[in-house]
Amino acid sequence: MTIEEIENEIVDEFSFFTDWTDKYQYIIELGDKLTGFPKDKMTDEYKIKGCQSSVWLVTKLADGKINFKADSDSTIVKGLIALLIRVLSGQKPDDIINAKLGFIDKLGLRQHLATTRSNGLGAMIKQMKMYALAYKTKLLEQQTN
Amino acid sequence: MSLVLENTEKKFDVYSIRDDFPILKKTVNGNPLVYIDNAATTQKPKAVIDSHIDYYLNHNANIHRGVHQLGNESTEAYEASREKVKNFINAPESREIIFTRGATESINLVTSTYGRRNIGEGDEIIVSTMEHHANIVPWQILCGEKNSVLRVIPIDDNGEIIMDEYAKLLNDKTKFVSVTHVSNTLGTINPVKEIIELAHKRNIPVLIDGAQAVPHLKVDVQELGCDFYVFSGHKMFGPTGIGVLYGKAGLLEAMPPYQAGGDMISSVSFEKTTFNEIPNKFEAGTPNIAGAIGLGISIDYLNKIDFNRLHKHEKELLDYTTAKLTEIPGLRIIGTAKNKASVISFIVDGVNALDMGIMLDTMGIAVRTGQHCTEPLMTRFGISGTARVSFALYNTMEEAEIFVNGLRKTLNLLK
Repeated sequence: MTIEEIENEIVDEFSFFTDWTDKYQYIIELGDKLTGFPKDKMTDEYKIKGCQSSVWLVTKLADGKINFKADSDSTIVKGLIALLIRVLSGQKPDDIINAKLGFIDKLGLRQHLATTRSNGLGAMIKQMKMYALAYKTKLLEQQTN
Repeated sequence: MSLVLENTEKKFDVYSIRDDFPILKKTVNGNPLVYIDNAATTQKPKAVIDSHIDYYLNHNANIHRGVHQLGNESTEAYEASREKVKNFINAPESREIIFTRGATESINLVTSTYGRRNIGEGDEIIVSTMEHHANIVPWQILCGEKNSVLRVIPIDDNGEIIMDEYAKLLNDKTKFVSVTHVSNTLGTINPVKEIIELAHKRNIPVLIDGAQAVPHLKVDVQELGCDFYVFSGHKMFGPTGIGVLYGKAGLLEAMPPYQAGGDMISSVSFEKTTFNEIPNKFEAGTPNIAGAIGLGISIDYLNKIDFNRLHKHEKELLDYTTAKLTEIPGLRIIGTAKNKASVISFIVDGVNALDMGIMLDTMGIAVRTGQHCTEPLMTRFGISGTARVSFALYNTMEEAEIFVNGLRKTLNLLK
């Protein structure tokens, strides 16, 4: 599926919830389900520090696509990360770089991304795009060599 | 005439108080707003909001300059406000009241002027472990410039200053003591009078950060004996961007200016400039006139409140909420001093404070989460942050109950 198709799928899922508490309850469930982050990578090297919560992010390139794994000390941030990973993981670098991520607005989550300092989530999107850019450069170099 | 008509009877009725604060009628995510983040900033009574509108509609002109009617009106209102502040903290003279942007700027003013002039290499400055960053970092900058040393009074596990340790820190090199009256994170009300007395035995000046004290306690700077007292308008139901530095006249007169510009000078030539008298010497440029007037209105408002009954009301909120929180498994209250303002910081095993804050917000409950600008204090308790509820005069027991139930629901979801 393309990034936009996955985004639309998520927006559809969330349309069932009328109440903010329910929306977050779902995000918490997603956060709880997000496992498998390698424990030995929970170091400062992979840490995106926020004022109130931290995020750890690792990446791997396979078949020209980027896989993301992430963790956080906040369950809600973890749930939001799970959504981002669902949208961006397994996509090509160019598609990640150009992703508009409009679903964030559609879900009404913009307020939580605006407070970059408090949860590091905005920083995380930036970091994911940075990785995509780095991999793109790397792939181009390989092609020209 | 107005004096005769003025109703001097003090009162306290939380429901009629709530009617004075329009924002409290707001709903958030479909729930009635429960605003219990008052240590961050308080809401404003309609009288304060109206004073802004009235100022710009009817009186706006620059102060201390105009010969015209409006200039006289705004100057009078601005200076009347200074007089109100003077009376509010029982300062001896109104020229000892300097308007600033807030408590933070007041402290920076003192470190930059008194500090730079009087504190030198090897000298020591004492603060406490529970200080807000605003009462740490300006002193650190000064220490960096002057090669002076910042000494820190330790606190015990309840969040109380260890007075014996404080006494031991005082020595011949100590040149300044700067301590908070009430902790923004723990709620601890510090024994500032004793702290001041001990310092004064050695002729060491003391600054008290009263930002969290003025909305809860009757402050009397003469009774305390402090040399400087600072606070912000927005934490005492006044506007943002206005605050106060009280300083003893002799100290203020001897201090060099903080910023230079209009109104703070007496005469200027390219060869030499002489400075104005206090308080104008420290109020360079056009000040926050509307803010200062609004602060005066918030003082008028507080003057009508019976502080004994306010204290009783806030204590009820504090005791009820503390008791209910203590029943929650895995919850630990950070800050259990005997003498506390209505502030409760807490952590819950295995639950991130930010998550609690976000979930409570979905229920319309506004709390603060994080380090509360007191990172060294968090380090002292070995924690990364807390959730904090802080009550003000308009909070009700029903709201305390809504919060406790909301927190229980939140923890069920997060655990």
